[in-house]
Amino acid sequence: MRALMPHLPALQVVVPLIGALLTALMRRGTTAWALALLVSLIMPAIAISLLLQVLGSGPISYHLGGWAPPWGIEYRVDLLNAFILVLVSGVAAAMMPFARRSVAAEVDADKQAWFYSMYLLCLTGLLGITITGDAFNIFVFMEISALSTYVLIALGKDRRALVAAYQYLIMGTIGATFYVVGVGLLYLVTGSLNILDIAQRLGPAVAESSRPVLAALAFLTVGISLKLALFPLHVWLPNAYAYAPSFASAFLAATATKVAVYVLLRLFFSVFGVAISFKSLPISEVMLALSVAAMFIASLLAIFEQNVKRMLAYSSLGQIGYITLGISLANEAGLTGGIVHLFNHAVMKAALFLVLGAVLFRIGSVRLADLAGIGRQMPLTMGAFVVAGLAIIGAPGTAGFISKWYLAVGAFEKGWWPLVFLILASSMLAVVYIGRVVEVAWFREPSVRVQQATDPPLSMLMPVLILAGATIYFGFDTDVSAGIASQAAHALLGGIK
Amino acid sequence: MEVVKVFAGYYNYGVTIFLMVAGLYIVIARGNLIKKLVGLSLFQTSVYLLYIEPAKIIGGTAPIIDPAFKLYSNPLPHVLILTAIVVGVATLALGLALVVRIHEAYGTIEEEEIFAREGEE
Repeated sequence: MRALMPHLPALQVVVPLIGALLTALMRRGTTAWALALLVSLIMPAIAISLLLQVLGSGPISYHLGGWAPPWGIEYRVDLLNAFILVLVSGVAAAMMPFARRSVAAEVDADKQAWFYSMYLLCLTGLLGITITGDAFNIFVFMEISALSTYVLIALGKDRRALVAAYQYLIMGTIGATFYVVGVGLLYLVTGSLNILDIAQRLGPAVAESSRPVLAALAFLTVGISLKLALFPLHVWLPNAYAYAPSFASAFLAATATKVAVYVLLRLFFSVFGVAISFKSLPISEVMLALSVAAMFIASLLAIFEQNVKRMLAYSSLGQIGYITLGISLANEAGLTGGIVHLFNHAVMKAALFLVLGAVLFRIGSVRLADLAGIGRQMPLTMGAFVVAGLAIIGAPGTAGFISKWYLAVGAFEKGWWPLVFLILASSMLAVVYIGRVVEVAWFREPSVRVQQATDPPLSMLMPVLILAGATIYFGFDTDVSAGIASQAAHALLGGIK
Repeated sequence: MEVVKVFAGYYNYGVTIFLMVAGLYIVIARGNLIKKLVGLSLFQTSVYLLYIEPAKIIGGTAPIIDPAFKLYSNPLPHVLILTAIVVGVATLALGLALVVRIHEAYGTIEEEEIFAREGEE
């Protein structure tokens, strides 16, 4: 074990990759699930020990294959990406026990092993994007996770899942290609692909007057915005989340867009630096406007949506708006709010999507009208929905309140106080769309369909309750979430770290 | 003369940008799912040119250190694009596979007809 310790950064990516190969060879869904569960449980152990190392002794630089950067590929773990690694792997591990019954019910028996294989590949890609310090390597991992995501979505039973996967494939590939164009332009200017090295070679003097650098920034911003579904580049997301198998929706909603946000943070603050990102192009203003538009328009669309799964997808778009709002504020409190919300939103959306997975498992529908009275039949499950829903709204005592608090402080510090009212007003919209589901689920007479339903088996119930409990826990104990986020924000704004 | 020089200097970039925009236009403007993939492929391929053109030096050889050669091409972009080609092939294959499944499920690969059939449900 001790000999493996220095290689933890590589193991973080290699273990799920090997796991994906092995699950692909299996015939039975249950054995594939068991292996995927094992891998998913190892991941947070590695991520947490990396985080502890970073907290103890500063950033880790791992040279892949012994080739020194900037020639070789460097895996670079600092506070920000160690935090994201813990988030992605932790949420994935917490959800994994849920998968067995849910996937067995929603995916054809002969395709279940493939499903887990694709899930592990997707996890490989997401962890790889997060851990690597090489701009082109990010593209490769991005495509690994994206290609496996298209398959995960297409495995949904509804035929509309196929069209959703196709649309996502088109949009996702355009986004990734924009990213490659941006990296190519940066390479032409700097002659380097290592993120740290690019940042050092992009002296402020070169950058201000250099048109290719600004073009690269524009290409990268648009490409990544497509991946993280920033309004109005979001059209692929609602259908993809609505028709994918429940477990895939929950996993993607919690992790995929968050990792894209991480790449955006890395580009804006570590590669280009605040001076280029926000001074030479009006990115801050544009992103602010789009974020506010997302917060309102997506929430309004959520209010009128009849399919609850798609309602949550629209809600995700709105919540991504809060995260990008924090980025566009670009001060310490705002950025902390963005990073904390990235963390908190992952936990609460995972809980909400898993609740719907349990509902689909019991009554075979997620249409709002079919959920009438389900709260009385499945009290624990729908109780978790209420708790996580309160967190989405941002009620005090839940995780959502913490992130919105930081965002509001950030807006105040900038002197943009009308923004505080906009944050509050858009939270009221969340009250409406979450309240609508709660009203139907708890205060209506159970329909025929619902009368037979009961809380799901323990393997499905526990992940739901743990994640819902976590939204309360992180509303009180903010040392881990907000503490690390504010340190990471401080480091990002301090320039190259 | 100056104009010709500028034109010759940027000629290859012009071709790259034309292919890029043409590919993107096809993706947006065409309703046929296969034609969209053709456009997407064109768009991706144009980026390969963006990487390869500046890396190729006329008269340069592969970077094998030998006293007989003085001028080398940059190998790194070539290798990067090799990776990108693999990604492009995988994307195209998956896209085509999805179109086959969509055709099985809907009996058409025209976007408008698919959306029309969604509306009937």
